[in-house]
Amino acid sequence: MAEKVLLKGNELLVEAAIEAGCRFFAGYPITPQNEVPETMSWRMPQAGGVFIQAESEIAAINMLFGASAAGARCMTSSSSPGISLKQEGISYITAAELPCLIVNMQRGGPGLGNIRAAQGDYFQAVKGGGHGDYRLIVLVPGTLPELYQLTMNAFDYADFYRNPVLILGDGILGQMAEPVELTPYEPILDLPPKDYVLDGCKGRPPRVVKTLYLHPTDSLVQHNLHLQEKYARIRRELNLYEEYETEDAELIVSAYGVPGRIAKGAVKMARREGIRAGLIRPLCVWPFPAAPFRKAAQTAGRFLVVEMSFGQYVEDVKLAIECRRPVAFLGKGGGWYPSQEEILEEIRRLSSKAQDPASVKGSV
Amino acid sequence: MNSPSETKIIIAGFGGQGIVLVGNLIARGALMEGKNVTGMVAYGAEMRGGTAYATVVVSDEEIACPFVEHPDAAIVLNRPSLEKFEPSVLSGGLVLANTSLVKRDLQRSDVSLIQVAATEIARELGNLKVANMVALGAFIQHAKLLRADSIERAIGDLFSAKNPKFLPLNLAALKAGMERSRFVGPAVGGRRS
Amino acid sequence: MDFHRPETLKDAPTHYCPGCGHGIVHRLVAEVIDELGIRQRTIGTAPVGCAVLLYDYFNCDIIECAHGRPPAVATGIKRMLPDRILFTYQGDGDLAAIGTAETIHAANRGENITVIFVNNAIYGMTGGQMAPTTMIGQWSTTTPDGRGQYAEGGPIKVCEMLSALDGVCYLERVSVSSPKDVMNARKAIKKAFENQIAEKGFSLVEVLSMCPTDWKLPPEKAMDFVNEKMKKVFPLGVYKDRSGGRHE
Repeated sequence: MAEKVLLKGNELLVEAAIEAGCRFFAGYPITPQNEVPETMSWRMPQAGGVFIQAESEIAAINMLFGASAAGARCMTSSSSPGISLKQEGISYITAAELPCLIVNMQRGGPGLGNIRAAQGDYFQAVKGGGHGDYRLIVLVPGTLPELYQLTMNAFDYADFYRNPVLILGDGILGQMAEPVELTPYEPILDLPPKDYVLDGCKGRPPRVVKTLYLHPTDSLVQHNLHLQEKYARIRRELNLYEEYETEDAELIVSAYGVPGRIAKGAVKMARREGIRAGLIRPLCVWPFPAAPFRKAAQTAGRFLVVEMSFGQYVEDVKLAIECRRPVAFLGKGGGWYPSQEEILEEIRRLSSKAQDPASVKGSV
Repeated sequence: MNSPSETKIIIAGFGGQGIVLVGNLIARGALMEGKNVTGMVAYGAEMRGGTAYATVVVSDEEIACPFVEHPDAAIVLNRPSLEKFEPSVLSGGLVLANTSLVKRDLQRSDVSLIQVAATEIARELGNLKVANMVALGAFIQHAKLLRADSIERAIGDLFSAKNPKFLPLNLAALKAGMERSRFVGPAVGGRRS
Repeated sequence: MDFHRPETLKDAPTHYCPGCGHGIVHRLVAEVIDELGIRQRTIGTAPVGCAVLLYDYFNCDIIECAHGRPPAVATGIKRMLPDRILFTYQGDGDLAAIGTAETIHAANRGENITVIFVNNAIYGMTGGQMAPTTMIGQWSTTTPDGRGQYAEGGPIKVCEMLSALDGVCYLERVSVSSPKDVMNARKAIKKAFENQIAEKGFSLVEVLSMCPTDWKLPPEKAMDFVNEKMKKVFPLGVYKDRSGGRHE
């Protein structure tokens, strides 16, 4: 095993991207992800790539639109308010089916909010955010080894499906340091040739990258149907999650990202107390890994969702199990962090209720 | 209570005291001993106006929570940091105080205290900047969390790469901190033993 | 004068109104690309506005961008493919209203691209609303009493504004409202492309152009409007030329 390095999440992200062949970065400073452009500013030139501190988030995402059309593996990063600004470009890039990586190290909102970690951008990430019927592949690492691996994989997913990938992290993931072995990049998918690249029409007919479908009247419907087929395929093919002690669990705890790892710690503590708790921790929230939830709902009586928001991810858990089991919620937005003890307390409360059949009826 | 195999540490002082470096070295030392570790540094507006702090979690198991609300140990290099973090230390935990700048006794009677005149010792060594290393030495000596040779290696790695001429001074400061610090158990009947 | 269709234009009828200047500017850009022999390494950007469909007319690689973003998109392509030729083709709303930041910062960085800026002092595509370059007193559907200095502000003079930036290599304002003006415009456009080939940095040609439909004028009166009204507010000429040497 190679030696492990100790880097902040934001710095590690840069190493993973460059290792995976990313050669274009454009971004704008915003806390808590400033280490990304700062590290990119010297690592990209070392790797023979391009770093641009853009005049705005809007310009940055549009520079990606160009760099991706030119065939480059490219990325931008920001935090919540900056990601809101990028939504226009994200819609266009998705419509044009260009690959790229966008990273959101979420902070407290709405508005300027604060700079503590939060998970209030879940809906924006998985339900849209920009205009039109489109989807992003949304990866949610909870540890730095996962951040390293998923960042490299993200470029493969983006190229393979010709779709932007969003890494939905949070301020803690970006700011924390954790040892990681910097394994070499290996493609995880058989990547198709980039037959859309605009590099001048030498030896071929001119190409157009566009998102306008004015004529004939149904051409935009056809384009959307094509996108929907692609999204259906991604739903079938992409399923990333960790399951822990779910086999005999009476109570399933679920959380994503950093709260996911904290929830795992709480489930371990509960197990030590003899409580039959289990954990489902997704690593991808679009497509949503519904299968393990549906399976768990056959045996577990209750669910508990922990989230650093007032309840967004929890809606997808309820959808996944079609509300067949009560789903309790522990969460606040604006910079609140869950502790293992708080989660454990909730597990204890719910598991004692789980033994009382009368209390299982109503959903929390 | 934190997990028995897990130790959560806060290192706090004012900006320029080398707080982040201490956290970094503890994390690297733990990594060398094959332990799991996470580190964080207070960022942005939290850094401004007085106390800077870093946190480290060291564990034999997978670390669930990377941030620290209730530390097992607080290393405080100035008085405002003591005011801020003393109340949050776990019962049975530990406070390391830089007695050069922290001139009061603890208010808590349920935690142990490590006393080290880090700033004065650093002045004797000829460079105030190494007060952080003196404090780290005292912590390593009394907290029994990591071996001294792991920290020495971590210091060696870091300074050889970036600033080799300051390596001997930093190692000397670490050693001075180990030798010239005092461990005081929890207060019994209001008086520390 | 060559009356054959340039190779850089497809054999396709345009959607432009009678008397519109876009067709002339398209042809001038295409002729210059032909003349310089760069069609197969040129990538153009289409704006949002009347020229959005230029990808149907230009016989080279084209990327259609979000409104105002062509300089950022062109930056992304050019930085990845520095030996390709990038031109943006933008109207006044695209370049000087919603895309002001992208324009100024691409210029300030000295991006080695060629910007063709078509100024007709009105929003054509959406039906005659005020543009950033609409003149004081000029009627539009959103300035029904004429543009006022105090409520709407005066017209933005792009060449004058950008001339203050050190990163800029070349700025010239031309017109397509008379045969002589058209020939001058062609020279300026050619120079703007030559600058890019010689890696001299950011070049912009502002072309005063006609919009008879939204000005509510017959085509020949529209040319008079440019010659008599617009040229007074937007004087023709070279506003900056550092093409003598490499930009700093």
